[in-house]
Amino acid sequence: MKIEDVVCPFCGCLCDDLVVEVEGTRVVSVENGCTLASEKFMGDHRLKSPIRRAGKRWEETSYNEAIRETAEILCDADRPLLYGWSGTHGEAQSIGIHLAELLGALVDNTSTVCHGPSIMAIQEVGHPGCTLGQVKNRADVIVYWGTNPIDAHPRHMSRYTTFADGFFLKEAFRDRKVIVVDVRKTESANIADEFVKIQPGGDYAVLSALRAIVMGKRGIIPLSVSGVSREQLFRVAALLLSAKFGAIFFGLGLTMSPGKYKNIRNAIELTEELNRHTKYTISPMRGHWNVYGSNEVFTWISGYPYAVDFARGIAFYNPGETTSVDVLRRKECDACLVVASDPGAHFPKACAEHLAQIPTIQIDPHTNATTHLSRIQIPVAVTGIDAEGTAYRMDGVPIRTRMLFKGNYPSDTEILERLYALVKEAKGL
Amino acid sequence: MSELLVRNAYVIDPLSGIKGDIMDIAIRDGKIVEEVGRNAEVIDADHCLTLPGGIDSHSHVCGTKVNFGRYMSPEDMRAGRTARKGVMHVTSGYSVPTTFGNSYRYSTMGYTTVLEGAMAPLEARHTHEEFTATPHQDMLANTLFDGNWSIMEAVRDRDVNRAAAVVAWTLSAVKGFAIKLTNPGGTEAWGFGEDVHSIRDQVPHFGVTPGEMIETMIRANEILNLPHSVHLHCNCLGVPGNYQTTLDTIDLVPDLNAKRQSLYLTHLQFHSYGGSTWRDISSKSEDIARAVNNKSQLAIDMGQIMFGRTTTMTADGPMEFKLYMLHHNKWSNHDVELETGSGIIPVYYSRKSLVNCVMWAIGLELALLVKDPWQCMLSTDNPNGAPFVKYPEIIALLMSRRFREREMALLDPRTGHYAPLPAIDRELDWYEIAVMTRAAQAKALGISGIGKGHLAPGAEADVAIYPLKPGLLDPSTDYQQVMAGFGKTRYTIKRGRVVARDGDIIVEGANSTIWTKANVPPEYNLSADPEFVKKFEQYYTVRMSNYPVQDLYLPRGVRITTEAAL
Repeated sequence: MKIEDVVCPFCGCLCDDLVVEVEGTRVVSVENGCTLASEKFMGDHRLKSPIRRAGKRWEETSYNEAIRETAEILCDADRPLLYGWSGTHGEAQSIGIHLAELLGALVDNTSTVCHGPSIMAIQEVGHPGCTLGQVKNRADVIVYWGTNPIDAHPRHMSRYTTFADGFFLKEAFRDRKVIVVDVRKTESANIADEFVKIQPGGDYAVLSALRAIVMGKRGIIPLSVSGVSREQLFRVAALLLSAKFGAIFFGLGLTMSPGKYKNIRNAIELTEELNRHTKYTISPMRGHWNVYGSNEVFTWISGYPYAVDFARGIAFYNPGETTSVDVLRRKECDACLVVASDPGAHFPKACAEHLAQIPTIQIDPHTNATTHLSRIQIPVAVTGIDAEGTAYRMDGVPIRTRMLFKGNYPSDTEILERLYALVKEAKGL
Repeated sequence: MSELLVRNAYVIDPLSGIKGDIMDIAIRDGKIVEEVGRNAEVIDADHCLTLPGGIDSHSHVCGTKVNFGRYMSPEDMRAGRTARKGVMHVTSGYSVPTTFGNSYRYSTMGYTTVLEGAMAPLEARHTHEEFTATPHQDMLANTLFDGNWSIMEAVRDRDVNRAAAVVAWTLSAVKGFAIKLTNPGGTEAWGFGEDVHSIRDQVPHFGVTPGEMIETMIRANEILNLPHSVHLHCNCLGVPGNYQTTLDTIDLVPDLNAKRQSLYLTHLQFHSYGGSTWRDISSKSEDIARAVNNKSQLAIDMGQIMFGRTTTMTADGPMEFKLYMLHHNKWSNHDVELETGSGIIPVYYSRKSLVNCVMWAIGLELALLVKDPWQCMLSTDNPNGAPFVKYPEIIALLMSRRFREREMALLDPRTGHYAPLPAIDRELDWYEIAVMTRAAQAKALGISGIGKGHLAPGAEADVAIYPLKPGLLDPSTDYQQVMAGFGKTRYTIKRGRVVARDGDIIVEGANSTIWTKANVPPEYNLSADPEFVKKFEQYYTVRMSNYPVQDLYLPRGVRITTEAAL
C-alpha cells in the first residue's frame, strides 16, 4: 500500500510530501525523502519487549511490570528528572509535563544541549521570524550561519530556500544569493555565492562588524575581523542590504561556540538593524523533528520553553541552574526518566556517568547509548510510523504526523498515561 | 441527571429582558430549565448579582503568537505564579498567563466563553491544542484573512462569491468561527517590510485596496450567513490622526443583517486618535462615538488601556515594528505565508506619559459616549491594552464618576486638554454593565441561539454569581466594592456545574470549541478548484491534505452549520 503526503519524523524540516510504501507492519520504500528519512523509515530495528537490568545482564519483562517499577522509582525519588521529549508527539509531551508537576520533578527537553542559548537570546531581545513559506516565496538573500543544511537538513534548500520556486521570484535559483558562514568549507559552502570563513570562536566579532557596517560605521572596521577581511565584510554587508527579503538561518555552530547565547543575541540584533533598511527574518535550524513542539507544549503548560523545575510547587526556570546538564553534573538527581532522546550519546561524560549511577529508565523504540546507562527500557511505537500525533516544524507550523500501520507497540502517550495514573494513585490524588 | 437550583438571585439577563428581579434559576444536565425536583442541589444566592456567564468577544489567549509571548518573557511568567493545588494545575504569567492561568482567572471572574481574537489558518492546530488546555471556557477562533492571497485575488476580480467560497473552505478546514481582518492588506505589504496607510492605498502586487477588501468581505460574510459579522482591526492602528481612517472605514459599512451588526470594529480606542504626531495626539472619541451612534449596523469593543506592564501582540506585524522603534525593548515578528503576519513587544503604560493618559481616557470615553451599550463591549484587547484581570477596575471606572476623577488627578495634568473625559458625567448602571460584558457579546457573535449569554430555559447553564448586592450598594461611591466583587465570583457555574467558588477552582473542567461550517453548492467547493489547489502545490510549504485540522483536535466541538446563499 502506498501512502501519500507522509510526514517525516526526522529533522526540524518536517517534510510532509513523502510517499511511503507499506507491507504489513514494514515500510518497503520511501519516495521524496532524503537519505536520513529513508533510514528512519526503513532501518527500523526495534527492541522487542521491555527489558530490565538483572545484575550484569538484561532480562525481558512485561509492560505492566516495567511501568509499575518505573512509577515506584519516580515516586521514591527526591529529585527526579524527566528528560528528552523532542522525538515524540505533543500529546505525550503534555502528559510528561503534567507528570513532572505531579512529582515535583525537573522536566527538560533536548533544547538544553542545542538551541537553549537561542531561547535565552530570544528572551533578551525577541525573535523576528516567519514561516518557511515566507522565505520560499520572497527571499532573495539567504544566509546559513554555523549550519550545514546539505548534510543536517538535506531538503531545507530544495523545499524552503535556495532551490525552491517562489511566487515573487522569476527564476528562484538564479535570483537568490546565498551566503554561508562557517569555520570550515562545508558542502553547503560549495554552493554559496559568498563563503565567509571565520576563525573558530570569531562569530561574535564578525556579527558586530556587520552590524557596525549596516549602521553606517565603516570607518571603525579593522583590516581583518576573526580571519575575515574588511573587503569581504563590506561585500557581505552590501549583499545583505541589497535584499528585498533576507532570511538568516543559524545552527549549533553559533549556539554552541564561544559566546553562546550572546552570539545569537548579536545575530538577532543584526537582523533588527537590517529591518530598518529592508525586510529580514532569522530562524534557528532546529534538529529533532519535534523539538520545537516540546518548547511550545512546555510553554503553554508551564510558561517556560525548557529546563522547568517543579520542586517548589510552582514552575521555576533558571537556565544554568535548572538545565539537565548542570543538574546532573552537580549529581543532584536521584532518578531519571528519558523519553524519546539519547542523552547517553549527547551529554558530557560526567552527566552520563551520573545517569549510570542513579536509576535511569528509558522509553524509546530503539536501543541506543542511553540503553547502556539505564535500568529499564520500555519500547514504544515510532511516531510517524506506527503512532501519530502533533509535531511543530522548526518555524512553528504544527503538522499532524501519520500512523502508517497499526503495529504491536503502545505509543508514548499510552505508556505515559498509565505511568501518570499510577503516580497519581500512589500520591493519593 | 444532575439538578441545581440557584435561589434568591438578583438576576439581570438583558437578552431575556430581565433587569434586576429576585428569582430562582433551575438547572438540569447543563441547561437552564423551568423547574427542578425537590432533590436538586441548592445554592442560596442571597440576593447577590447573578448574570449569565461572561463572554469576552476579543481576547488573545491561545495560539502561536500568544505562546511566543510567553516563550520570550520569563520575566512575565515570574510575575504571576501559583502552585499545583487540588484540581488546579500550576500557573505562570501576569500579562500572558499559561493556558490554565488564563482559564482559572477568567473563571474566577465569572467568564465562561472567550473568543480568541486572531488565529492564522496555517497554525490553527496550535490554537486548538491550547483551547483544549483552557478547560473552563468555551472557545471560538477569529480566523485571519487580511493577507490571504486567494481572497485578494477574488477582491481584485470583483468576485464576492469566490471570496465567500474561500472563507467557507478555510473556516471549515481550520475549525474557525468568524472572519477576522487585521490591518487588511497591511500584513501582506509587511511581507516586504511595507505597510498601507489608508483604506485607499494599493496593496503591493495584488492591485486591491483595504477598503475593497473590507467591503467584499462584509458581503461575503452575509452570503455565507455566518453567525458573527466581519471582525475588523482597522488599518493604521496606533497612529496619530488615524481616526480619519476609522471614519472612512465606517462610511463603507452597509446594513445587511437585521439580527446583528454588519461590522464589528475591535479595540477602537487604538483607532480614535487625532493630531499628527505623538506630541499633539488627541482624543477623537466624540467623532467616532457619533459615527457609531448614527449607524446601528456597527458594534465595537473598547480596547481600554490600563496603566502598568503588559505585552502587546497582534497579527499587525508592521504596527508592532513601529512600536518597537518607539520602545526599543524586545521585538518578535512572525509572518505567515500567503495569509497574515504577527508581532509582539512588551510595553509599560505610564501615568507619566501624556500619550498613555490620552489613550486611557479615549477607551473610557468611547464606552460613555456610545449611547447604546449593545453597540459597545468592554474589552482591553487582552493583553494589548491590559491583562483581562483589569476588567473589574474598568467596570468600576465606568460606574463611578468619582473614581474617574480620582484617577484623573494622578495623570499628566494636560490630559484634560487633549481628551473630553473630565466633562462626561455619565455613570453606567448594573444593567448596562451586564449588557457590555455578556449579552451584547452573545448578540454580536450570533451565539445567543445556541444558548449563550442568557438564562432563558434551554440556554446553557453558564452563570456568574457575584458578591455584590445592587440594592445595598451605590457604585458611584462604593467603587472599591464593585471592583472587588467583579474580581471574584461567589460561584461560577459552567454547563450546570460549579467550577469556581470564592476564587478557588473546584473542578478540572472540559470546554467546547464553537466553529462554523457554511455549506456551499458543489461549484463553490474549492477542494478541487485548480487555482486554489495550485496555491498548495506551488506556494504553501504544507500539503493541502495535511492542512485541515482533524476533528480529534476538538474533543467537544460544537459546529454551527449555515447554508450559503450562493
